[in-house]
Amino acid sequence: MSDEVTAEILTTHVLDLAKKGRRLDGRGVDEMRPVKIRTGFVASADGSAFVELGPTKVLAGIKLEPGTPFPDTPNAGVLTTNAELVPLSSPGFEPGPPRPEAIELSRVVDRAIRAAEAIDLTKLCVTPGEKAWVCYVDIHILDDGGNLIDAAMLAAMSALTHATLPGERFGLGEDKPLEVRHLPIETTFARLGDALVVDPVSEEESACQGRLTIATDEAGNVCAMQKGKVGAFSPQDVLQMADRAQVHGDRLRDQIRAL
Amino acid sequence: MGSVGAKEVPQLLNEAGRRIDGRGLEDLRALKIEAGILNRADGSAYVEWGDNKVMAAVYGPREVHPRHLQQNTKAIVQCRYNMAAFSVDERKRPGLDRRSQEISKVISEAFESVLFVEEYPRTSIDVYIEVLQANAGTRCAGIVAASVALADAGIPMVDLIPAVAVGKIAGKIALDLKKEEDNYGEADLPMALVPRSGRLVLLQMEGHMSRPELEQALDLGVKGCLKIYEVQKEALRARYAVRSTEAPEVAA
Repeated sequence: MSDEVTAEILTTHVLDLAKKGRRLDGRGVDEMRPVKIRTGFVASADGSAFVELGPTKVLAGIKLEPGTPFPDTPNAGVLTTNAELVPLSSPGFEPGPPRPEAIELSRVVDRAIRAAEAIDLTKLCVTPGEKAWVCYVDIHILDDGGNLIDAAMLAAMSALTHATLPGERFGLGEDKPLEVRHLPIETTFARLGDALVVDPVSEEESACQGRLTIATDEAGNVCAMQKGKVGAFSPQDVLQMADRAQVHGDRLRDQIRAL
Repeated sequence: MGSVGAKEVPQLLNEAGRRIDGRGLEDLRALKIEAGILNRADGSAYVEWGDNKVMAAVYGPREVHPRHLQQNTKAIVQCRYNMAAFSVDERKRPGLDRRSQEISKVISEAFESVLFVEEYPRTSIDVYIEVLQANAGTRCAGIVAASVALADAGIPMVDLIPAVAVGKIAGKIALDLKKEEDNYGEADLPMALVPRSGRLVLLQMEGHMSRPELEQALDLGVKGCLKIYEVQKEALRARYAVRSTEAPEVAA
């Protein structure tokens, strides 16, 4: 019961702050936490990125292996995205089968990469119907400081952008950089009363009345969206957040490209 | 979408601006809703929407299983969206795959947003959605059915929530995609609306939409939801019309 009481007090506090346009960590409503990206963190992976979004820490690793194309897409390689909320990242995560939160996280990141056509999967085909590259994007959540979706997406795209297609290891030609066509970025907002705050921390996520993630690409398209948590948004809210997501997306795309 | 390296894209829109089933861009597929079709459930509904056939049942508020999920201040909403193995062309392996689990999660959150859960602490409101025949838009059909089932169960809520998917086919924003349009279209945006507040409690999207297209899609989706809302209310009226003719006999 005491947990519930503290949660209630914290929720009230977060909402009271939001009314005054303030936030727990002193940020502005449209201010993201600083993003630090280190690529090539794991030597055994074909691409990797360690991303810090404020206190949130996420590591993405790419592995490329030859496999078989799906029967309905014989001319295309395969992309698989998986995110794991490993128990070391939060007292709330337990070992065991993935919970709905982890499944949603994986699928929301996967959807944005796929919908934005970040990777041209036809380029990963070796022999149509027989052999194609399988691109595994595995995301490890190491420290949950809130907004795992955006951190996971940044890690995935940073790792993909700096990944190598390991042809030599499998006798499939020379090693060459993995071609990334588009750079989708996801930006997540939480509704706290009337405020729509970007990049929520864990306490804001618990207190929020709706969460919306919007993926944008460099051409100004919205490529994916996901509303989560209990709560609601008006269509005007959605459009306002789409505009803000584009600005944040463009800034982070520049950061990834400059690595 | 998802049509990487796939066969030729069929013509989704003809010269006259008609879709493959003859609809215009802003037309819904035929929708039929029946409330109270199951005996054991506290509330139920059956939806036929185009070639979708979806059934929903509500149990509760009742004891929480598993117990540790129980909350002291409110009811929890547990939705289970499930597709029958025979509901799609190629047999689907029975049970909840990752897609179904994600859909179950977002639907649970959508309903918790409109139910008065504080009225029923330490209970669970269980919503079961069974997709019997699928032809794109099943999560929306499930929400439409489950809304009516919740009302049929007499569970207090802010409003019924109609739902519909808006998409983009041949470069145009279109309402209520059917399977071919979903497979070969350029975007899919399912949403659920609270008509009373004009707010969205479910919103997902996949594909490519420019900012003006997104605005147009949201607008068209809201209009579509309001049409579906009328069919939902009509289904409940029809259900209670039956009861009111029965009532005098009971009283006498």
